[in-house]
Amino acid sequence: MKELKILAVIATLVGITYYGIEPYAHHIMHPEVKAADFTFADLKNVDTKLAGNTANGKVLVEANCIACHAIESAGHPAMMPNADAAASYGVVPPDLSHAGRVYDKNYLANFIFDPVSAMHLSHKYPVGGTKTFPMPSYNWMTGQEIMDVVAYLQSVSPKVKEGAETHKATYDAACGRCHSMSYAKSEATTPKDAIKAYMGATPPDLSQYIKSRGEHYLHGFINDPQVLLAGTSMPRVGLNEKAQEEVIAYMEEIGDSKKAERESTGINVMIYTFIFAMLAYLWKRKIWSEVH
Amino acid sequence: MAEFKPADSLYEWFDQRLGIDKFVKVMMTEYWIPKNINFLWAMGVLLTVMFTILIVSGIFLLMYYKPDINMAFDSVNYTIMQEVGYGWLFRHIHAVGASVVFLIIYIHMFTGIYYGSYKKGRELIWISGMLLFVLFSAEGFSGYMLPWGQMSYWAAYVITEIFGGIPVIGGDLVVWIRGNFYVSDSTLTRFFMLHVLLIPLAILGAIVVHFYALRFPHVNNEEGEFFDFDKEADKYLAGDKKGSKVVPFWPVFLSKDFFVLGFFLLFFFYLVFFHYDFAMDPVNFDKADGLKTPAHIYPEWYFLWSYEVLRGFFFEIAGISGKSLGLMAFAFANAIFMILPWLDRSPMVKPANQRPYFKYWFWFLIADLIVLTVYGKLPPTGANAWVGFASSMTFLVLFIALPFITKAEAKKIGGK
Repeated sequence: MKELKILAVIATLVGITYYGIEPYAHHIMHPEVKAADFTFADLKNVDTKLAGNTANGKVLVEANCIACHAIESAGHPAMMPNADAAASYGVVPPDLSHAGRVYDKNYLANFIFDPVSAMHLSHKYPVGGTKTFPMPSYNWMTGQEIMDVVAYLQSVSPKVKEGAETHKATYDAACGRCHSMSYAKSEATTPKDAIKAYMGATPPDLSQYIKSRGEHYLHGFINDPQVLLAGTSMPRVGLNEKAQEEVIAYMEEIGDSKKAERESTGINVMIYTFIFAMLAYLWKRKIWSEVH
Repeated sequence: MAEFKPADSLYEWFDQRLGIDKFVKVMMTEYWIPKNINFLWAMGVLLTVMFTILIVSGIFLLMYYKPDINMAFDSVNYTIMQEVGYGWLFRHIHAVGASVVFLIIYIHMFTGIYYGSYKKGRELIWISGMLLFVLFSAEGFSGYMLPWGQMSYWAAYVITEIFGGIPVIGGDLVVWIRGNFYVSDSTLTRFFMLHVLLIPLAILGAIVVHFYALRFPHVNNEEGEFFDFDKEADKYLAGDKKGSKVVPFWPVFLSKDFFVLGFFLLFFFYLVFFHYDFAMDPVNFDKADGLKTPAHIYPEWYFLWSYEVLRGFFFEIAGISGKSLGLMAFAFANAIFMILPWLDRSPMVKPANQRPYFKYWFWFLIADLIVLTVYGKLPPTGANAWVGFASSMTFLVLFIALPFITKAEAKKIGGK
C-alpha cells in the first residue's frame, strides 16, 4: 500500500512535468489555427453548380491549354523537355492528366478564372507588380465555359486503384514539379537552379517531412500554406481531401517506411515484457515469503 | 605460492584459479542489503540495465553511423531507420533510452536526498553519483548532436556558446571545444569520439567507484536506521531469515529488482514503440542548417531546469549583465548538488517527511525544479521571463538557506 502511494506521488510529479513540457508547451509554441477547408469556400468567381459539357470542354482545352500543358492521358505529350519548359516559364507546367482527379472542383474552376487569387499568392504577384504568374487568368471565359473545361479534365483523368501506386502518382502530380524526395530517389522535375530562381529558395526535400512536420501540421499546411507560414512562396495547390490524404500517405510510406513493422513488433515486445514482469513478480513473492 | 591439487571438475579448476565461490559470496550471496526498503531502492539496478541497453543499442548504431556533416543525417534517418533490418528499433531504443535514463537518474537522486542517503559515511556514494550525473549529461549532450538535425546543431551552438561567457579564456575556450569558429565537421567528429569512447570509459570507471563506495557505509534503508550489518548477517546465515534486518543481494534483493524492472521495461517499451516524440524531437528530422535558426531552441527535457536558471537572469543587476549573472547561476546550479552532504548541517538521517524543517525544503525544491523545467521550454517572453527569474532566484535561495534551515533543525531535535 505504502509503495503504491510512493508510486502515485512519482507518477503525479512526472505527469505534471510531462504535461508542461509536451502538450502544454506545444500548444503555446504552435497555437491552433483555423481548420483546413476542402470546399475552398473563399473562391466565388465561378458558379460551380453549372453542369459542364465535356465535348465543348475538349474544344476549349485544345484551343487554350495544350500549347503549354501536356495531357498524356488524352494523348497530348509535353511540347518540350523539362529543362526548356522551365527556362521558358520559370517552372515546368503541370501535365493535366490527373488535374481533374486531384484538384477540388471549385478550386480548379476558380484557378482557371484567376490563378493567383486561388493560390493565395497575391503577396508574390501583386497587381501591377514586376513579377507575373506564368499562367494567364481566363477570366474572359464564361462560367459555363470554365465548367466545361473542368468537366473535360475530370473525364480524361485515368481511373486509379487505391494503394501505394496511386499515392505516388498523386504526389508526383501535386508536389513533384518543385519538391525533391531523395529517400524515394525522386528529383523535382523542374531543374534545381530554375526552381530556386522561380520560388526564391530551393523548395525543401520532403523525405522526412512526415516526421519533422507530422501529419497534423501537413494536413493544415498543404490545404493552405499561408495559414501556418504567412508569406511563404508555396502556393495553395487546391488538392481535394482524398488527394491530400494520398500525398500524406506517400510521404509516410517514404519517410516512415517501418511504421507497420514498428507497431506490430511493439505489441509483441510488450506482451513478452509483460510475461517477464509477471514471472518476476511471482518469483519475488516466493523469495520474499521466506524473509518476511 | 599456494599448493594446487588436481581438480575434480571443470568448476573446481576455475575455482582454484579465480576463487569463484568466494567471489560470488562477496559480490552476491553475502553482500547484504537492508530489508526495510521499497521499490525506490531498485533504481540503481534499473540504471545499470538501462546503461547496458544503451551500450548494446549504441554498438549496433555505431556499425552504420557516419560522423561526417554530409553523411550523418542520412546515415541515421535513411540507412539506419529505413534500410538496416531493425535499425529503427536500435535507434528508438537508444534515443528513448537516453531520455528515460535521466528520468530514473532524477528519481534515484531525489530518493537519495529524501532519505538522507548522502551523509554520515555515505558522502562518497553521493559524490560519485553526482559525478555520474555530470558524465551522463555530457554523454547525452554529445550524443544529441550526432544525428545532425536542426536541434542537434542549434543546441550544440547555444550550449557551446555558454562557455564564451567565462572571463578571459571564454572566447578561446569556445573555439577549442568546437575545433572551429562555428559548429562544424570538426565539432561533430570530436563529439562523436567523446560520445562513443572517452565519456563511456569515464562512466564505466565512475560506476565502479559508485558501487565500491557502497560497500563500507552500506545501503541506507527506509527509516534511516543504523545497525550492525555483521550481526544481522550472522543472524541471517544462522537461519533467522525473518528476524534479520538484512537480505542478500542475490537472490532476495535482485528478485525484487527484477520485478520492478519488468514493469519499468513495459513502460519503457511502450515509449520506444508508440510514444517517442518527447525523446526524438520532430524539429531534429530537419537536417542541420547553420543559416536557418529554428523558431524555438530548447535542450532535451532533462537539461531544461538548469537551462532556465541560465536564462532566468535576463536583465542587468548592480552593473553585472544578465548574461554573466545567468552564467554564474548556471555554474552554481550544476555544482551545488555535489556539496549537498556539507550543506545539510542536521545529523538526522530520516526520510524528509520525518524531519521538522527539511521536509519543507525538499518539497519546495521539487516544486521549483518542476516550474524551472516547464518554463525552460516555453518561450522566455512577457510573464514567462519573470516566472523564470523568480524560480531561478528561488533555486539559489533554497540552496543558500539550506545550511541555516538544517542547523536550526539540528538545534530543535538536539533540544528534545
